[in-house]
Amino acid sequence: MEKSKYKQIVANHTPKENRLYNSLISFIVGGAMGIIGQLLIEAYSYYFSIPTAYASTFMIITLIFIGCLFTGLGFFDKWVNFAKCGLIIPITGFAHAMMSAAMEYRKEGLVTGLGSNMFKLAGSVIIFGVVSAYIFGLLRILVIGG
Amino acid sequence: MTFKYKNVYINETSTITGPFEAKGPLGRYYDKSYHDLYMGQKTWEQAESKLLEESVELLLTKMDKSKQDIDILISGDLSNQLSSTNFAASHLSIPLIGVYGACSTSCLNLAIGANMVEKKQVKNAICSVSSHNSAAEKQFRQPVEYGGPKPKTATFTTTGAASAYLSQVVSDIKIDSATIGRVIDMDMKDAFHMGAVMAPAAAETIMTHLRDTNRLISYYDLILTGDLGKYGKEILKGYLISEYALDTKNIDDSACMIYDLEKQPVYAGGSGPACIALTTYGYIIDQMKKGKLNKVLIVATGALLSQATVNEKMTIPAISHAISLEVSK
Repeated sequence: MEKSKYKQIVANHTPKENRLYNSLISFIVGGAMGIIGQLLIEAYSYYFSIPTAYASTFMIITLIFIGCLFTGLGFFDKWVNFAKCGLIIPITGFAHAMMSAAMEYRKEGLVTGLGSNMFKLAGSVIIFGVVSAYIFGLLRILVIGG
Repeated sequence: MTFKYKNVYINETSTITGPFEAKGPLGRYYDKSYHDLYMGQKTWEQAESKLLEESVELLLTKMDKSKQDIDILISGDLSNQLSSTNFAASHLSIPLIGVYGACSTSCLNLAIGANMVEKKQVKNAICSVSSHNSAAEKQFRQPVEYGGPKPKTATFTTTGAASAYLSQVVSDIKIDSATIGRVIDMDMKDAFHMGAVMAPAAAETIMTHLRDTNRLISYYDLILTGDLGKYGKEILKGYLISEYALDTKNIDDSACMIYDLEKQPVYAGGSGPACIALTTYGYIIDQMKKGKLNKVLIVATGALLSQATVNEKMTIPAISHAISLEVSK
């Protein structure tokens, strides 16, 4: 059979992903994560009487801890599967990606397993985070002079 | 290439599964099921190896035979370097032929075994396969606990091991013939749509088998494909209708039978070498013994990818082998 003809048969029988529904769930869950983060910042700065900048750091640490804990307890993957980018894009997704890789490879040794594989999924986030920070920093200097 | 056999029989089979398969529609046809994916072992890899070893031991127990009575073990799985097979075989100490045909392994090893038994090179052979959901997920996709979202066309690797005992001693189930397929590459690249990758290989092998044996598709009560899944099955039918104008009503797919696609979180259905083997050795052979099916063509399909080739954006070639089973008179 011609490859182009076959591609047409495949297309006829391949279901469409429900993008609108998925985006809506991600939007709501992601938004809720934002609200939780903001509430944490407010709470930390109010109760500990610290500046907002310090409070945001504490908020990030809290969310990372919760993400890692829930991954370790074994149900965060089901949440991620449901909420998709609503939980993957916020800092919880980063924590989850690192923690799940660490759990998977710890049996292959501390150095050869856990150490070298922990950033298997999250490594790209760090690399391209740094690269894009550099590019946008440079643009900022060039456009508005710092 | 089709081999015809005069005197090869499947005398006994054994099936062991994980928890998801036990809860599936064919749950009551399996010999044994585990409720935990570790099967009392420390790692996924060890768990799969244990499944395979246990399925061979269970087969020997069912036949009241010892390891020394077996001439050859022909076995395969999905893991790199066939490690599950190799570790299981090291404990079993039966001479081993390790075979890799991805998810088509279960028919490939039956064909090799049947050839050897037919030519009397061996007096008996055990053909085994295994796959493990978490071991496969870790090797081919992402860490198990990550559970990232997947498209509807993705399949769910079956956890289980299945073995069959072949000899010239007459039994209810005869291996009539085997067709070894060609590798087919239709430029498919989506590792989450294996049904589309493998359907052309299945179609070509079915067609080759029918031509070589000079049979019509209606000769078979059932043509059971390997692990094409809900969408792959429709693609296969579409292919056979538009290319060969075949009537496809007796075609079904084991990926759609092994799980309850509505209630279980398995996307388009099951996959892995154990999928068609568990369905055949558990359910199909039972139906044949009860007289509900007489002639069945088992068409296992394998997607020949590695993680490196997928990341390098290469196409995914596919292969399919067929085994024709008949109730012996």
